[in-house]
Amino acid sequence: MKAQARFKSVLWMLLVVFALSPAAVPAQQANVPAQQANVPTQQANASRGLDEQVQEIKSDVLSIAAELSQLEEKLLYPSGTQVSMFVALAKGDPMRLDSVRLQIDGQLVAHHIYSAKELEALRKGGVQRIYVGNVTTGDHQLEVVVGGKLESGADFNRTERFTFRKEVKPKLVGLTLAGSGNTPIALGEW
Amino acid sequence: MRALRQLIALGLVLGLAATPAAGDLKDFYFGEALYHALQGRYFDALQRLDTERAMYRGLDQPQLDTLHYHINDAEFSVGDFELNYRMHHRAGRAIKAVLEGAVDEAVRNEAAFRLARIHFQKGQLDDALHALARIQGTVPEQIKDDVEFLRANVYIATGRPSEAVKVLEQVRSDEGLAGFVAYNLGIALLQDGRQQEAIAQLDKAGQLPSPDKAGLAIRDKSNLVLGAILFELGNFERARQSVDRVRLEGLYSNQALLRAGWAEASAKQFDRALVPWNILANREPTDVAVQEAMLAVPHSYANLKLYGRAAITYGLALELFSNQIERVDASMRSIKEGRFLKALIREETRQDADWVISLRTLPDAPETYYLMELMASHDFQTALQNYLDLEELRSKLIAWQTSLDAFDDIIRLRGQNYDPLLPDVDAQFRDLDARMRLRLEQRNHLGKRLQAMLTAPRPEYLATAEERSALERIALIEKQLGDSDSPASLALRQRAARLRGTLTWRLETEYQERLTAAYEHLKELTPNVDALTRQYDDFVRTRQAATHSYVGYDVQIARLRMRVGDAVQRVDSLMARQGHMIETVAINQLAARRERLVVQQNQARFGVADSYDRAARTPTGPEER
Repeated sequence: MKAQARFKSVLWMLLVVFALSPAAVPAQQANVPAQQANVPTQQANASRGLDEQVQEIKSDVLSIAAELSQLEEKLLYPSGTQVSMFVALAKGDPMRLDSVRLQIDGQLVAHHIYSAKELEALRKGGVQRIYVGNVTTGDHQLEVVVGGKLESGADFNRTERFTFRKEVKPKLVGLTLAGSGNTPIALGEW
Repeated sequence: MRALRQLIALGLVLGLAATPAAGDLKDFYFGEALYHALQGRYFDALQRLDTERAMYRGLDQPQLDTLHYHINDAEFSVGDFELNYRMHHRAGRAIKAVLEGAVDEAVRNEAAFRLARIHFQKGQLDDALHALARIQGTVPEQIKDDVEFLRANVYIATGRPSEAVKVLEQVRSDEGLAGFVAYNLGIALLQDGRQQEAIAQLDKAGQLPSPDKAGLAIRDKSNLVLGAILFELGNFERARQSVDRVRLEGLYSNQALLRAGWAEASAKQFDRALVPWNILANREPTDVAVQEAMLAVPHSYANLKLYGRAAITYGLALELFSNQIERVDASMRSIKEGRFLKALIREETRQDADWVISLRTLPDAPETYYLMELMASHDFQTALQNYLDLEELRSKLIAWQTSLDAFDDIIRLRGQNYDPLLPDVDAQFRDLDARMRLRLEQRNHLGKRLQAMLTAPRPEYLATAEERSALERIALIEKQLGDSDSPASLALRQRAARLRGTLTWRLETEYQERLTAAYEHLKELTPNVDALTRQYDDFVRTRQAATHSYVGYDVQIARLRMRVGDAVQRVDSLMARQGHMIETVAINQLAARRERLVVQQNQARFGVADSYDRAARTPTGPEER
């Protein structure tokens, strides 16, 4: 994680130092006509004004998104029946996760195939909300099928079955996947 | 200076990527926000995290919430996400909030550092220095080098290179950062007027081992800058050696090849200058360095007195410049016709978060001929990023309008389903509810009475129905006997008293057993009452959910629809203005480029004529043949 942060840090520094190189400007590029000098300045000022308005609309749209997502949750996934399933990779696990399939009470509810970017995000500590839906209160059967490849190149296929209990409040179920160790699929409930 | 800061700002934007929370993740939704951010989907990340933080702040006991474990990370992450989503104003506010909150020293220092980076990015250099000055005491280990590096950059940007030198000399960074520190130190020395030290430092930076692509790129940059300085000083041999160290396939290879050629040409080594220039002349013809090499090659041939070849290569250059002018014209026409913006917002471009790179894969068309060249301009990039962000917002808003229509449908259908059902359900429920309440009250009453009988025994309350009936009959007999003194009455009265005594004896002696049994019987009801209560609660919740599923949304949906509609209009208006600005910037840049191409075309045209003229006057040598 630290290495990743350092890599990002190095990236911005690279760009910083690119900028700090007055001597690097080729002589032939320095011949910008003088009469054009004011035009970019005006453009830059207009650009800054526009940029601020773009920031404002982004802020507004984010606020709409938040309200809309609350409305959506209330309408489609009321707390009394809401269940959310999350997928995370065990810390430092090198497994290449290809797919996850979930069945609740024998019904297929989610089947996700991971892109390289999604896998990378999971490896760096991100958590995917793979499913959100509704179930009645009481006990439910969850079947998790995981497909992937181990670091050695060997196939990794596991199926685990769990029981989870839905209470009146929203149910959060976390699945932590690991290619190594004794618990390839660990269930955490909130 | 402004351009410099803008470029630095670009670097900062790219650098402030999401940093996942340290340690084990306790809050799934925070993890979900990171998941989006780590894929470059900052809007989704912000939407998730804003919602989480709002809910956290609304709690009576936030310390019991899972986000509490990550709240500092979450506050930082919001700032980072906002910065990555180019919302500098909000990013600054978010980080200031952390800085001014009751947090420990390390967290406050990290916040100050992040705030300094934002100020630096916005060109507010004094504020950046002020924020850096707030860093005191414990600085988190992972940002120590970054803090000093930023401090040095601010000093350089504010024209204080000697202070930057002092800071950079103290930075003891690991292998990954060493190249950057070394290079910036060279630049600071150069700006401080310590030319020889700068040359030595850049020479060192240009030979450092590098663990990754970024390190290799900065090493190339060091060598290129060093080559340029040495070239200006007339030290062509060392300049050539320096640019020769630049990799042939790197970001700076074209510039390095061009400069290597000039180093040789300046030393009158035209045959050696032709080697890098000929390599360059076969590269992408829209590149400035390549176009310059197209004139430099015949220039070398002419200096080698190979006028025939000079004439031919000038001819090739002339053809290239003419073609490029046509391409620039076509690009400008295409931009004016609005095709440029359409090309940029193609879906395939947006699939990849690294869209600048994916632009390279756009089909070759007039609107995209000079795209990568235009992308080199920071103003253009910023404007384009804003335009693409607006386009993304627009797509979301349009999708939300559809969602709102769908919500209306859902609500209508639910209403159609529930409205006829609920009155009967409610009537049945009221009846059952009344009966249930009566029974529960009776139970509670009995419970209270039994409880009272523990301290104030009332055996008659525990008599059976038969016993109660017998007692009533005895009482009736006693009443009928009245006060008669007849022997028969006396005998009967005695018998009645005996019977009453027998019953009283039984009630008194069996009182404890009967009380226990009554209590046990009442207790046996508890599971049934609990089940009944659960069922009752379930029904009430379901009944409420039925109402909540379609009642009370009209105002909210109408308001949201209005806000979405209003936002669409504003986005459209901003897109039109931003698009116009992009097109203007592009056309201006292309016009400048065209002007330059026309000059080069004239030079090539003159070169062709001059070379043919000289070739005609010079006897053909063996090399020429």
